[in-house]
Amino acid sequence: MSTQTTFVTPATRLQAYSSTADLAISPPSGRDASTRARSAVASKDLRSEPGPIRFIIIALAISFLTIFVVLPLLVVFASAFSKGITAYFAALAEPEALSAIRLTLLVAAISVGLNLVFGVIAAWAIAKFEFPGKTFLITLIDLPFSVSPVISGLVFVLLFGAQGYWGTWLQAHNVQILFAVPGIALATIFVTFPFVARSLIPLMQEQGTQEEEAAISLGASGLQTFFRVTLPNIKWGLLYGVLLCNARAMGEFGAVSVVSGHIRGETNTMPLLVEILYNEYQFVASFAIASLLAMLALITLVVKTVLEQRLDEGQTPRDELRDEP
Amino acid sequence: MTIEVKNIVKRFGSFAALDNVDLKVGKGELLALLGPSGSGKTTLLRIIAGLDWPDAGEVTIDGEDALGHGASERHVGFVFQHYALFRHMTVFENVAFGLRVQPRAVRKDEATIRARVKELLDLVQLDWLANRYPSQLSGGQRQRIALARALAIEPRILLLDEPFGALDAKVRKELRQWLRSLHNEIHVTSIFVTHDQEEALEVANRVVVMDKGRIEQIGSPGEVYDNPATAFVHGFIGESIVLPVEVSGGSVRLGDRPLNIAADGAASGASKLFVRRHDMQIGPAGTGSLEGAVRHVRSFGPIQRAEVALTGGEGKTVIEIDAPRDRELQAGEIIGLQPRRYRIFAAQD
Repeated sequence: MSTQTTFVTPATRLQAYSSTADLAISPPSGRDASTRARSAVASKDLRSEPGPIRFIIIALAISFLTIFVVLPLLVVFASAFSKGITAYFAALAEPEALSAIRLTLLVAAISVGLNLVFGVIAAWAIAKFEFPGKTFLITLIDLPFSVSPVISGLVFVLLFGAQGYWGTWLQAHNVQILFAVPGIALATIFVTFPFVARSLIPLMQEQGTQEEEAAISLGASGLQTFFRVTLPNIKWGLLYGVLLCNARAMGEFGAVSVVSGHIRGETNTMPLLVEILYNEYQFVASFAIASLLAMLALITLVVKTVLEQRLDEGQTPRDELRDEP
Repeated sequence: MTIEVKNIVKRFGSFAALDNVDLKVGKGELLALLGPSGSGKTTLLRIIAGLDWPDAGEVTIDGEDALGHGASERHVGFVFQHYALFRHMTVFENVAFGLRVQPRAVRKDEATIRARVKELLDLVQLDWLANRYPSQLSGGQRQRIALARALAIEPRILLLDEPFGALDAKVRKELRQWLRSLHNEIHVTSIFVTHDQEEALEVANRVVVMDKGRIEQIGSPGEVYDNPATAFVHGFIGESIVLPVEVSGGSVRLGDRPLNIAADGAASGASKLFVRRHDMQIGPAGTGSLEGAVRHVRSFGPIQRAEVALTGGEGKTVIEIDAPRDRELQAGEIIGLQPRRYRIFAAQD
């Protein structure tokens, strides 16, 4: 165990993880070091840069952000409220909109809940044990990130569709997976699987197994060790993963679009409904739903920042106090 | 409580961490496992604690088979080199942990737990830190809390893995004496692992010297220092001068120079002569078996340490000797040297 651990901010956590873990798909090694070196040089140059150039660079960055991020966000809210507040809330009170919100919340709850459990188990296995095929497992966890969401959705169509592998059997037993909640939940779980595991693995690897060993030698059972020692140590990382997982689960479009079947009032999630309403020229309704998703994004952003601070506090090795002579 | 370890074998891949180790620890002993890193001492400790499992062999604690029980059932206090305190709990809760996780049937009530924790914090003289978090403590304080936490479960035996390894020299010295007196007070059978010979000799009743997964010697601190059983022990404990010598028929030669010392029954062939630095008798040139030119002298306290380039032998052999300051040595001076006490071991490849 080293107390002088390299400082990893949550923002670079995922990237750092993928380049430090021995991943089959890991980017060229040494990338971390070179980016760090480059940014160190850049910040040094910046300070010595004359005022006007500094101003131009900052202005460029801000205007870029404004055009590509802030402006679209404003347009969403402007369009949503373009016919007034009453029209906005009326659009949200439509049965179709309510059904989409309900479905989205339900799917998010299912997929976040299950991925929480799977993610902790996977991260635990990877961080605390040595076993053959570990590298393969790490690669596998990342698969959903490297596959296009549409393909992820199609996989489930191939498995559960009428012409799929288990389609006939499912039909014979009257089990509806595709074009229903189970299919949407499955696709969402698949797409959001890596978030929890990935935010936990580096944290758990850094913390090692000593505290668990200490707990066990003090007589704690496996469950007591998990709930009293492991879980409190990873709680901020876990919340961080859950937050990102939730944001993606609610916002997922591609994979869900393939398996949903777009049955109005039944299998449309919020992102799907936004598209449908937009295509039907119901701009206020469309943007009203979109504004909800945008707010979710903003809240996620704020909570994420807070969590990152908590994580950093937990990670920064505080200077060990000197022993008194 | 007694511990008995029989024929323990532990491999990591093709590396034998422990190679047929036998050890008996008596009631109330304070035993040191001493060896360089990779000698298997920590592995042995972890096997006794139940944190690692041997590939073969037996471990009994108080005559009762220990390998059939997991670490949580063995009632063994374990202190880690890096403390392994629970970082999200206060000092108080850290010490209370072992009492709080007991099965409901035997768990003490809150008042008893609080009293016991208070008692332990008093024992390690840190009761004023009860509400702090581990990150707010110094290394020495953390290690004492770790010890209090291990003692909370009233362990049958206490195992300490390099307990002072992460501390700086001065604190280490203090804690050593403190551990010694604590052991005198509570008398729990204890084993501690260290790579620091001084620590082992100063603290333990008995020292087990290990190398490459085997036990080289078991003995009191005096025995392992004065009568090293093997070349390894002689070289590892205390500072030694090692000279490559040739033994033939009871006489000893360094290169082409015959040494006026008895072979002490050492077998003929290439051998190594071990002499403690302070066991070289110094005389004027021409006296003694060896002769050399003083290259450099440093004096501190009661001794002077001289670097001497031996004449004869293979090429330029330079040795360091410690001499009392009754006769000040000068750089450049030629002196005669005679080993007062020495050991000869067969040279191993």
